[in-house]
Amino acid sequence: MALPDGLIVIAKRECPTCTLVEPLLARLGDGGDRVTVLVQDDPAYAAGMPGAVFDSTLEQSFRLGIEFVPTLIRMRGGREVARTHGWHRVDWQDISGQPTLGADLPPLRPGCASKTLEPGIAEALQLRYGSTGLTARNVTLGDAEDPMEACFDRGWTDGLPVVPPTPERVLRMLAGTTRAPGEVLGLVPPDLAPCTVEKVAINAVMAGCKPEYMPLVLAAVEAALIDEFGMHGVLCTTMFCGPLVIVNGPLGRAVGVNSGVNALGQGHRANASIGRALQLVIRNVGGGRPGEVDRSTLGTPGKYSFCFAENEIPEWEPLHVQRGFAREASTVTLFAGEGVQGVVDQKSRTPESLAKSFAACLRVVDHPKLAMVGDALLVVSPDHCRVFLEAGWSKARLLDELTRLLTVPGEQLVAGADGIAEGIPAALAGKPIPKFRPGGLLIVRAGGGAGLFSAIIAGWAASGPVGSIPVTKEITA
Amino acid sequence: MTASLVLLDPTSERSPVARALSVRPPSLRGMAVAVLDISKARGNVFLDRVAELLAAQGVTVNRYRKPTFTRPAPTALRQQIAAENQLVIEGLAD
Repeated sequence: MALPDGLIVIAKRECPTCTLVEPLLARLGDGGDRVTVLVQDDPAYAAGMPGAVFDSTLEQSFRLGIEFVPTLIRMRGGREVARTHGWHRVDWQDISGQPTLGADLPPLRPGCASKTLEPGIAEALQLRYGSTGLTARNVTLGDAEDPMEACFDRGWTDGLPVVPPTPERVLRMLAGTTRAPGEVLGLVPPDLAPCTVEKVAINAVMAGCKPEYMPLVLAAVEAALIDEFGMHGVLCTTMFCGPLVIVNGPLGRAVGVNSGVNALGQGHRANASIGRALQLVIRNVGGGRPGEVDRSTLGTPGKYSFCFAENEIPEWEPLHVQRGFAREASTVTLFAGEGVQGVVDQKSRTPESLAKSFAACLRVVDHPKLAMVGDALLVVSPDHCRVFLEAGWSKARLLDELTRLLTVPGEQLVAGADGIAEGIPAALAGKPIPKFRPGGLLIVRAGGGAGLFSAIIAGWAASGPVGSIPVTKEITA
Repeated sequence: MTASLVLLDPTSERSPVARALSVRPPSLRGMAVAVLDISKARGNVFLDRVAELLAAQGVTVNRYRKPTFTRPAPTALRQQIAAENQLVIEGLAD
C-alpha cells in the first residue's frame, strides 16, 4: 500500500493516549488534508473515518519505523516531511496546520510502545518485511519432525538437547552484539571453515545463551582462533583437554557468570551456555566431532562446557591484569584444561604451609615425574586465599613460592628413578628442574565463601609453543 | 499439524541438508545380513527366497520378525538386529 500525501496517524486502542486523541482524528482533515489512520490492534478504532485502515499485519507500521503510538506524520510529494509521537499539542497543531486542535486537551501526554516492537513480534516483522542480514542455509523440518529430535538427527548436538535455532531466535541473539552478522571471525579448526558472527549466534542459541552473552561468546571464539592457543591440537589430541573459558572484569559480573558457590559446577546459565556455545562452534562450524578428528582417549566432562569467572578482590591481582589488561577491562582467557583435582587442606594457617600443600598437589599434574609438559591452573578458594591475605602474600608472591617449591633435582625425575619407567631424560640428572614452564602456572581466585579447599585444573600435556599457550582476549561488542 | 519449522544451519554448510544414504558395500562377503519380516501377509514368501539366495552366496543370514506391521519394531529388536548384523533387508509390503 503506497501511502498518500497528507496526514498519517498510527495508533492502537490499547494505548490511553491514542484513545485521548481519537475524537480529534475526524477534525484533522478540516484543512483539506487527506487523513490516513493506521490502527494496529482494533478495527473499531476511528471506525467510520474513510481513511481508517486496520494494519493487521503491522507491515505499514514496520515500514514507517514506528516506535511509539500515536505517531503523526505529514507526507508531501511522497516523502515524509514532519513527524511527532505521543500527544504534543503544539506539534500536532503545527503539523496539522490547525492552531486550535485539541485546545481542551492537556499540552502533553506521552504515548505507548508501538505493537511492532513487542517481544516476538519485532523479529517476525523483521524476517517478513525487513532486511535481516541472515545468510545461513535454511533447513526445513518435516511436518512431523520434533525440532529437538531433528537437531540430534542432524548431528548438531553435543549429546544434550539444544534449543532449535529458528530465525527469530537467531535475530534476537544477534541483537546482543553490534557486530554485523556477516563479519568473519576467522577459520575454525579442524575444517578451517570460515566462522561468521551469524554462525556464532546460531550455535549460541542452541547452547542456551541469552543475547547479552554474545560479546563473551564472540570473544571466546576469537580467542580459540588465536594461533598460540592451538585449537586444532586441543581438539584432536588423544589427551583430555578442552577449552576452559575464564572470565575476568565487569562484563562477566554483569551477565552473571558465576565465580562463587559451585563456580566450577552446574547451575548457572551463563557458565553453562557460554562454554557450551564455544564447543558447539568447534563441533558444528569447525567439524570437530569426537571419534572423528577429536581423538581423545577419555575426554573430560568439561568438554561439554567449562566456563567460570574469577572472584576478583582488590588485594589480589586478577588474571587479566597479570596478563597485561587494565583492571576495568573485561576479558576471556582460554586454557586447554583437563578435569578438576581437589586440594584438601583444612589445617594450614600459614602461607608457608599452605603453599607447600599446593606444591605437593601440583607435583602430580600429568605425572609426578614429568616436568614442563603440561601447564596448570590453580583455583584458590576464598578461605584458602584468606590465609595468604592475612599474611600479606600477593598472588605473585604465592606464584614465586610455588615455583621455588616445585623445582627439584633432575635425578629425582629421570626415567627409571623410583622404579618407574616414566620420567624426564637421563641427561637432566644433576640439574634443577621446574615443574612448569615459565608462565605455565596460572592462579585465579574462585569459589564459595566456606571451605578450605582449592582446585587444580591440569593443562594439556603439550603446553607451551609445542601445543597450546593460554590466550586472553578482551570482550568488546 | 503445524506449519513446517525452519531452522538456520549451524554448520559450515559443507554437507548437503539431506542425509546421504549409507555407502553401498562393495561385497557381501563376510557380512551378516538381517532379514526382517514385518509380519505383513506373504512377506515371508519373498523373504524366504531372498534368504535362500543370500545363503547360497555364503552370506550369514539372520531372520527376525516384528510382532506386527502396524507398529515400529520394538526397541529391543532394533538393538538386537543392529548388534548382530551389518546390513538389514526389510519387506515393506505384501
